[in-house]
Amino acid sequence: MRKSNVFLFYLALNIILLLVMFTHASIRRQTDRESIAEKERMVRRLELTDLCLFTEASYTRHWSQADLHTPFQDSPMSLEHFPSGSILPPPPTLRKMNETVD
Amino acid sequence: MKRWIERQKNVIDFTLSSLFRRKGKNAALILVYTLVVFMAASVVFFTHSIREEASILLKGSPEMVVQRMVAGRHELIPMSYADRIKEIRGVSGVRGRLWGYYYDPVIGANYTLIVPEEGQLNRGEIAIGQGISRTRLAFEGGTLEFRTYEGALINLEIKKVISSESELVSSDLLLVSEDDFRRLFGTSRNYATDLTLKIRNPRELNTIASKISEILPDTRQILKDEILRTYDAVFNWRGGMMIVILLGVLLAFIIFAWDKASGLSAEERKEIGILKAIGWETSDVILMKFWEGMVVSLSSFLTGTLLAYGHVFFTSSALFEPALKGWAILYPQFKLTPFIDASQLSALFFLTVVPYTVATIIPSWQAATVDPDSVMR
Repeated sequence: MRKSNVFLFYLALNIILLLVMFTHASIRRQTDRESIAEKERMVRRLELTDLCLFTEASYTRHWSQADLHTPFQDSPMSLEHFPSGSILPPPPTLRKMNETVD
Repeated sequence: MKRWIERQKNVIDFTLSSLFRRKGKNAALILVYTLVVFMAASVVFFTHSIREEASILLKGSPEMVVQRMVAGRHELIPMSYADRIKEIRGVSGVRGRLWGYYYDPVIGANYTLIVPEEGQLNRGEIAIGQGISRTRLAFEGGTLEFRTYEGALINLEIKKVISSESELVSSDLLLVSEDDFRRLFGTSRNYATDLTLKIRNPRELNTIASKISEILPDTRQILKDEILRTYDAVFNWRGGMMIVILLGVLLAFIIFAWDKASGLSAEERKEIGILKAIGWETSDVILMKFWEGMVVSLSSFLTGTLLAYGHVFFTSSALFEPALKGWAILYPQFKLTPFIDASQLSALFFLTVVPYTVATIIPSWQAATVDPDSVMR
């Protein structure tokens, strides 16, 4: 078999797999629709504000509710030391300006 | 057309033979290239899907949360504040939310305690998330022991374990009745953790927020939009971990492109010289180099993308897990829904395949336009 044919076959196979990937993603979105809706209902029912992603510290768990003391949570001299602290930027609530100050 | 296809196939044949002559080097190149694409694609798939899921789930969050601040810290809020807020036009409902954290020394983890609306749990009953159930080996019908603020021990019966499908929002949750919550933490009935508001017209949110800050200056207001933006910010490309990974990928790419663009090896120049001497046109040489770039970059791109999809959606991003987990003990086990589309793939394609192919062609074009005799010397 010619090398070019092998390569083109490999390329075609990959492109088919790519199409399968999109089809799989679309099927999963359909099948997950109910479970996502169920999670959304739970968020509404329990009035949740955050995803349960970073549970290592109480203030990274509810990160949209963080306050200005968050980096010094454990003591006034203690800088942020949890690994997820390096992933999380401060929430927009802490950065907003309610009024112009000058 | 047939002739054109045959010509391309001949060039591909030649290109592949030429690549096979430098097997080791090219195999290493394809491997590293695939890894780079894999990493970039994994980040793009993961962040996009989690952002999308967060935006759908958190649509159910309260329209506004009002918290009392004392000396910069979040404090319990008197229920009398709720009565004052109810009087504001446009507010259709205010509820005192009771929630907090309970540190369990047995496993060294924090639970999130939440009091659901009335009627869901009786005194002495709790519902727990899968994360707690898994870590504490606690199941329906069993009991968990808690220490109250006074030091007394109380046992609460597990009425329900929340389904594993909702782990992304409930892994560390512990639903408890209002009586038990107050028994555990000693909070007075006149206080709540914070207040959640229902607003008739969402366009009035900002006006209502500023009215609240006027009449209750010791409070802060967190709007649903800010909660949504919080998650948008962390998983957007400028977010902490993402920028670190993407910078690494970008640097690897700069090294690739620099290696290619800085010129060809003596052997490759000689090869071009010989091809020119035996009658190849400059356009033929460029075509060959174009296919060389395509063989390397396209196969790496396709393989890397497919592997990344498998990594994120079949292994639950196993490689990212240690970074996301940190020191957490209760880490949710969740499978993301693949929110992927052609735009992410085309962005990846233009970031990886196109620069590499261009970087391969330019030095070859320079070498191909020089006199073959001088190139071969």
